[in-house]
Formats: sequence, C-alpha cells, structure tokens
Amino acid sequence: MAAVLAIDNLRKSFSPGFIPRRKEILKGVSLEVEPGEIFGYLGPNGAGKTTTLKCLLGLIFPDSGSLTLFGRPHLSLSARERLGYLPESPYFYDHLTAMEFLDFYARLFGLKKTERRKRIAGLLERVGLADAGRIPLRKFSRGMLQRAGLAQALVNDPDLLILDEPLGGLDPIGRKELRDIILEQKRRGKTVFLCSHILQDIEMICDRVAILVAGRIMSSGRLRDLVSEKIKFTEIEISGLKREELAGLGESLAGQEGRILLKVVGEDKVDDVLSLVLSRKGRVHSLLPRSLTLEDLFLDTVKSS
Amino acid sequence: MSRIGVIALNTFREAVRDRILYLLLFFAGATILLSRLLSLLTVGDRLKIIMDVGLAALSFFGALMAILIGTSLVHKEIDKKTIYTLLSKPLRRIEFLLGKFLGLVVTLLVMLSLMTLFFQAYLLLLGGGINGRVFLAALYIFLEMVLLTAVAILFSTFSTPILASLFSLSFFLIGHFSRGLLTLIRKIPAGFSRTGLRVLYLLLPDLENFNLKTEAVHGLSIPAKWLLTSAAYGLFYALLILTLAVIIFRRRDFT
Repeated sequence: MAAVLAIDNLRKSFSPGFIPRRKEILKGVSLEVEPGEIFGYLGPNGAGKTTTLKCLLGLIFPDSGSLTLFGRPHLSLSARERLGYLPESPYFYDHLTAMEFLDFYARLFGLKKTERRKRIAGLLERVGLADAGRIPLRKFSRGMLQRAGLAQALVNDPDLLILDEPLGGLDPIGRKELRDIILEQKRRGKTVFLCSHILQDIEMICDRVAILVAGRIMSSGRLRDLVSEKIKFTEIEISGLKREELAGLGESLAGQEGRILLKVVGEDKVDDVLSLVLSRKGRVHSLLPRSLTLEDLFLDTVKSS
Repeated sequence: MSRIGVIALNTFREAVRDRILYLLLFFAGATILLSRLLSLLTVGDRLKIIMDVGLAALSFFGALMAILIGTSLVHKEIDKKTIYTLLSKPLRRIEFLLGKFLGLVVTLLVMLSLMTLFFQAYLLLLGGGINGRVFLAALYIFLEMVLLTAVAILFSTFSTPILASLFSLSFFLIGHFSRGLLTLIRKIPAGFSRTGLRVLYLLLPDLENFNLKTEAVHGLSIPAKWLLTSAAYGLFYALLILTLAVIIFRRRDFT
C-alpha cells in the first residue's frame, strides 16, 4: 500500500538576523509512514522535528526535497482534508468558547450544521471537556487547552493525525487518556504521526520510530528491531562492602546510605559479585536485569552523533 | 459558507469582543458630544462647527480603529501561532488573508454605522435635520477605512504590530498632506524637480480624495464625476495593496 506520508531528502535552512549566515536545520530527511501505523518521530530539543512538521503543513517552504501526503503534493487541499494536526503548546482564540472554537474549525471542512453539532458534542466528551464546552478558552488551564487542541485535530475524523509533543501539560490521567485515543485511532485503521522528546508512554505504543539528531535521521525502524530483548547489563544494589573490593567487577554508579549501585555487564560477573557479597556477609538489596530501552537507544544515538 | 466567510466571521467575532474597539467608540462619542461645547466658544454657525468636529471625529477614530485592529488581528494569529492550526486545515493562505480583510471591513462598517447614527441623532437633537450629506461623507470615510485596513494588513504581514501601526499611521498622515505637493508643483518652474514631484505625488496616496467634510458642512455641490473617481481610486488602491499583501504573505515562512 502507498505510504500515507512520504518525505524525501528534505532540506531547510534559515538565516537568522541580518548577517547572511545560513543555519541548516534539516540536512536531508527521508522517511515514510505506512497506513495504519503509529510512527514516532523522536529527537532532542532543536533537532528539527517541528521544522519537519512545519514543512509538511506548508507553514514554511523547504529549500529542496519532496513531501507527499496520501500520494498527493503536501499542499493540496484534498490531502489536508484528511489531516489532523495538534501543534506544540497550543494557544487558541481567547475570545471563543470551546464549542465555538471547534465549530469554527469544523466549518472550514464544510461540515453541515447538524453534523457539526453532533461531532463536536462527541469530541468534547471524548477528550474530557464535556462540561467545559461553554467556557471561553482564555479560562482554560494548559492541560485543558491541550485537550481542546486534540479535539480540533480530530474534528474532521482525520486519516492521518499529526501530534507535536502531545504529552506536554497533561497529568498522568491525561496521558493515559491520550494514549487510549491514539490507540483507538489505530484500531480504526487510522495513521498517527507522533513527534516527541518524551519517551515514556511512546515506547509502549509506537510501531516504528525514527530518531532525528541535528537535522539527520540517525536511526529508524521497527521498535522491536531497534530495542532488543537481550539483557544489556544488570544493576545490583548492595551494602556491607567497600567500593575498592568491587573494582573490576563492574562500574559503581552511585551510592546512598552506604549502599553501592553496581552496573555489571555479563552474567558471569553477576555470579562473581553475588558470591563476593555472600562471602563478606554483605547484603543484596536489589538485582535488576536491564534490556535496551528506547531511552538508551535514544541517548546512545544522540551521544554517538 | 465559503472558507473566506468562515475566517471573516471569526475575525468579526474576535474584533467585536476586543475592548479597544469600545474604548475608541467611547472617545469618538465623547468628541461628538463635546463639539457642542466647542461651538459655544466660537463665532459663526454653531451647527456647522458641530458638523465639522463630528465628521472629523468619525474620520479620525475610524482611521484609528482600522489601523489598530488591522495591525493587531493578523499579527496575533502569527504571534499566538493560531495560524499553524488554521493553515493545516484545507485553507489557502490567500483565503485566510482575504477572510481577515473582509471580517475587519465588516467590523469597521458596523462601528462606523454606530458612530454615524449617533452623530446624526445628536444633530437632530440640536435642531439640525436629517442630512443626507452626513451619510455621504461617512460613506467616503468608510472607503478610506477600507483602504487603511488593507494597508494595515500589508504592513502586519511582515512586521510587528507597533511598527505596522506606525507605518499605517504614517500612510494616513502622508495621505492627508500629499495634496500640498500639488500647490508646490504649481509654484516651481517646469523641469526635473517638477517632474520628480509629480511622480512622487502619483506614488503617494491621496486620502483627501475621501474628504467630503467641507462640502458636507457648507452644503457645497459635489460633482458626481468626482464621487465616482474618488471611489474608483479608493477601490483600486485597496486592491493593489491587498495584492501586494497576498504576494508577501504567500511566500512567508512562519517560524
């Protein structure tokens, strides 16, 4: 099946200020998002995630490269009719109530009045703002604005939902609800493109990820392939021993109240540490095998670049 | 409703819920009321003084409204990033800009109508009759406001609200004094500098084209041809400015 979203060798640079020294933000980004998947677009602050999105949404014009949405040029209106977008830290019209705000956007899609009313009531319910429909947006908290933003992104029942840092401003309950909404979109055969630097929550739901560092995609693929199940190292927390005695067995990370946290690589060494502790009559407080997580992968990628 | 209409409606809603508009409306009303006081201090036809001051108030506060909300509302969309979500919808940039323009024009029409009706009612109260010329003068003030709105939008597509307001205000002031160039042109001998001044006069806006105050106050005749050329001038100029605004806006990066 054709890709829902395809970016090919996208480049964009800006020249800040009057001095004509161009700063290259995107240095040839290419990626494809398949229908029905949840795609995580990850990267540290300033990597160029939002710049990529802005190119995609037609807010800025790329220097070179191509962008297609549903197989059409990304600026075509018919492609945009199937798109939903939640910007990072959304601000909306202060002067509108949540209902008026959603109605305004629904009108841009040419929805009929009865259809609009039905859909908006459903959306407010879905994002947990059912009681706040008649409150002006200027009285909304940050979390509530984020919810209202999500509702506007869903107002046209989009085939592709683009979320930029959607977890910002949400409490743990809000995060869980957002995750449920994203998964529900996937269940309904829709595609979700998720842009974030917060890795928890994302790890559990993304099918594929791409990691962007300094304008280049450093790593991409199925989450399962990138993050192996293999045990990478073991964290052992012990007490009753001196640090020097453990030299050579592993890297001692930190210690609190006389305890030592030891990072041990390899199962043989784990046995060695345990027998040493036993012989010295020390205590083992915890033993935690760690496999590679998305966070590690992320940190490794950023570090190696 | 077309997408331009949807944007226009939202702009209208935003503008009429803005407090600054009512502040200006209040000052315009106060100036009209105080014109009576001014007429007591002057020799001459009191009603004429009131007419003169009142129409000047309409023109001045109308221009201020056009400039202030014109520059703030487009910039606000960019500054508060509401334009990000808007442009991600099936909406062309030109539709956005024209919708903004239309919404502002409708807002100004409502505000100017309110001020004119208030002014006419005040004239009635002070013993003047219903004067068609007041409405004609107000119509041309409205034309000027439409042009100023286009100018305010043009400037706010590429600069900050304060700069855009200053530029638009300069446009307003230059526009009302540029006719002085004609006097100058008549007084200097033909040659390079005279041609230069003539070109400058043609380039600069001439907002005196929309000033019917003297004719309205003193009951002078207003030739129909003059009315038509002035209207055509205003509409053509506004169209030109809007086209320029669209060209700039279409190429702009929203960073």
